[in-house]
Amino acid sequence: MQINSPQFKQRAHEALDDANLQRALGNLKAGFPHKRAQAVARMPEFDALRDQGRDLKNHILEHLDLYLEQFEGKVIENGGHVHWCRTSDDACRTILDICRQVDARTVTKGKSMVSEEIDLNDYLQKHGIRPVETDLGEYILQLRGDHPSHIIAPAIHLNLEDVSEAFHQHHQRPKSDDPAVLMREAREMLRKQFVAADVGITGANFLVAETGSTIIVTNEGNGDLTQTLPKTHIVVTSIEKVVPTLEDMSLFLRLLARSATGQEFTVYNTLSTGPRRPDDQDGPENFHVVLVDNGRSDMVGSQFQDMLRCIRCSACMNHCPVYGAIGGHSYGWVYPGPMGSVLTPQMIGIEQAALLPNASTFCGKCEEVCPVRIPLPKLMRHWREKEFEKHLTPRTVRYGLGGWSFFARRPALYRLLSRVSNQALRMLAGRKGRINRLPMAGGWTDWRDMPAPTGKTFMQQWKDKQRTNGEDNA
Amino acid sequence: MQQTPMSPKVGLFVTCLVDMFRPEIGFATVKLLERAGCTVEVPETQTCCGQPAFNSGDNRTTREIAISTIKAFDGYQYVVGPSGSCIGMLHHYPELFDEADPWHRRALDLKARAYEISSFLVDIIGLEGLEARFSGTVTYHDSCSGLRELGIKAQPRQLLGQVEGLELNEMNESETCCGFGGTFCVKYPDISNRMVGNKTANIAASGADTLVGGDLGCLLNMAGKLKREGHDVETRHLVEILAGMCDTPAIAEPSDDRTRLAREL
Repeated sequence: MQINSPQFKQRAHEALDDANLQRALGNLKAGFPHKRAQAVARMPEFDALRDQGRDLKNHILEHLDLYLEQFEGKVIENGGHVHWCRTSDDACRTILDICRQVDARTVTKGKSMVSEEIDLNDYLQKHGIRPVETDLGEYILQLRGDHPSHIIAPAIHLNLEDVSEAFHQHHQRPKSDDPAVLMREAREMLRKQFVAADVGITGANFLVAETGSTIIVTNEGNGDLTQTLPKTHIVVTSIEKVVPTLEDMSLFLRLLARSATGQEFTVYNTLSTGPRRPDDQDGPENFHVVLVDNGRSDMVGSQFQDMLRCIRCSACMNHCPVYGAIGGHSYGWVYPGPMGSVLTPQMIGIEQAALLPNASTFCGKCEEVCPVRIPLPKLMRHWREKEFEKHLTPRTVRYGLGGWSFFARRPALYRLLSRVSNQALRMLAGRKGRINRLPMAGGWTDWRDMPAPTGKTFMQQWKDKQRTNGEDNA
Repeated sequence: MQQTPMSPKVGLFVTCLVDMFRPEIGFATVKLLERAGCTVEVPETQTCCGQPAFNSGDNRTTREIAISTIKAFDGYQYVVGPSGSCIGMLHHYPELFDEADPWHRRALDLKARAYEISSFLVDIIGLEGLEARFSGTVTYHDSCSGLRELGIKAQPRQLLGQVEGLELNEMNESETCCGFGGTFCVKYPDISNRMVGNKTANIAASGADTLVGGDLGCLLNMAGKLKREGHDVETRHLVEILAGMCDTPAIAEPSDDRTRLAREL
């Protein structure tokens, strides 16, 4: 996927002016946060579960090699294959090879953000293989040549009319704006693809080390058809998704559903344990797990390790007032919102992603709702430290900060600076008590008035008062 | 509950914005502290808490400022300020130093003594019977740092509940960020504007005639937007109401400061 993160400001600006997008974002704001709050309220032990989730993930990350090897051993024991891929290219090439081995023309895909991360669809298409997205949101996006703007609700930036238009254009059917009709239409179209597909590709929410199983959770059931009908099932996933046991997996499933959609449990929880066994009714003949690293192992042991706890629930973006204002596409790459602002710099480089960790007021709402208690503001701040060290911070900010810190470290001069600024602002305000337009501060005064100082600085007035009190006492 | 000696010695952390924009908040804080039986001093060597540097990734400058702040407030039993954001920054100081560094221990010590004013009055002093009056309906904005870093939610409401004549009308999304975010509001002005616009809509819908909050940065942002949009909602810091010091014009309201300024110059 093309990297547009350096254009974050421009994209955000356009997003703020896009009435359709704003309408769609309004639905998001009213939906997920409210449902999550209700689900949490119904579960008094939710915070204790979050602590458990955090601690367990920390334990896993301390022993990541051990659990991954255990997982690999079990997959092989079950008759499957595991492919270790350091980069996106490695992963795409590996998947293409598997597809070619079975002479695949069409692959169906369940929803997978890792496949977006490695830009799999583009790669397969370039090599003559047709990927068909089967998650409804992803399917709509594919018809439109669009990309997800949200990690669990990929088409959240669209409205019903957009879907209706896309279906009308591509399905050659009469236009309808009835969601039930549209749904039925998508189902009919996809049903043929499920049957025709040579390979099914899904992601994984978790990998279970003790059994060698992968699991996907969906609300549509499309994942089941993707992975059971074709002869070959490829799971494309990333290394931090491993958990030790099925019991551990169930802890995260409880956290995930509530944090994501406010459900007690996702509708379909589908485990894949190796290829079809002789007594099985159905299932693939070949089972492959493609384990993508793509910078993750560099995060282990670094100040960004906590980010690897992420279970991709999307609560951070659902609750983020910045994401809520501008939507996911503004961020310019695969992962939007607070989690993306931490992950994206790791994957595409801080040089390209420099604006993202700054696009936060550090209000802390993301950390407040994170099911595994990732300190997202702190991690975004760590990226800002990297930017500062690498001189990526914009020059105006650097100079401004440098000038300010010169004074802040010298109390007497700081007093003087405060006094002068205080008087200048009061002069500009006149009787109004506020300033409508302030040169060099357009960022503030283009949008709101600047309240003016109401008199001398506190320090001056305090001193004056001490002096008067001293005289009174004399 | 912690034992409080008869007259705890408190160092007032004024904060830059209060110093420069609204000294009334500083004096109201002093008045409340004195009423609570504290002896208040204002260390002259204090400047800024260092948050602009901290949030811009400049840790070296932040450390230098932290050290000078720690020194400035040496010897005070408590350090109290009218801002959850700045006091929250003081609570970040230990992160700036290695555990082996002696400043780490001193930063921890400062953290243990540093309180935002409403939390100090409720959690440490247990202030009752405020004897303040205010006639009107207010709505309270929970500023992010105070709320999420220091757990300030019930304290200001408990104190407002002691004010005679005051009615509290909660707004929708009182815990949602107003879009100020320090340098954020000038780095991403149009996003910030949308956030504060959402905020003022909720404030107006609450029907309150006064917006109250505990952080001047957020209050300047919201008051500036309220005035630009032509609302007649007034904006005040919590301590102005608690200390009964509402005789001066509210934030961003016209004042007769011109004559005072002329005398100064």
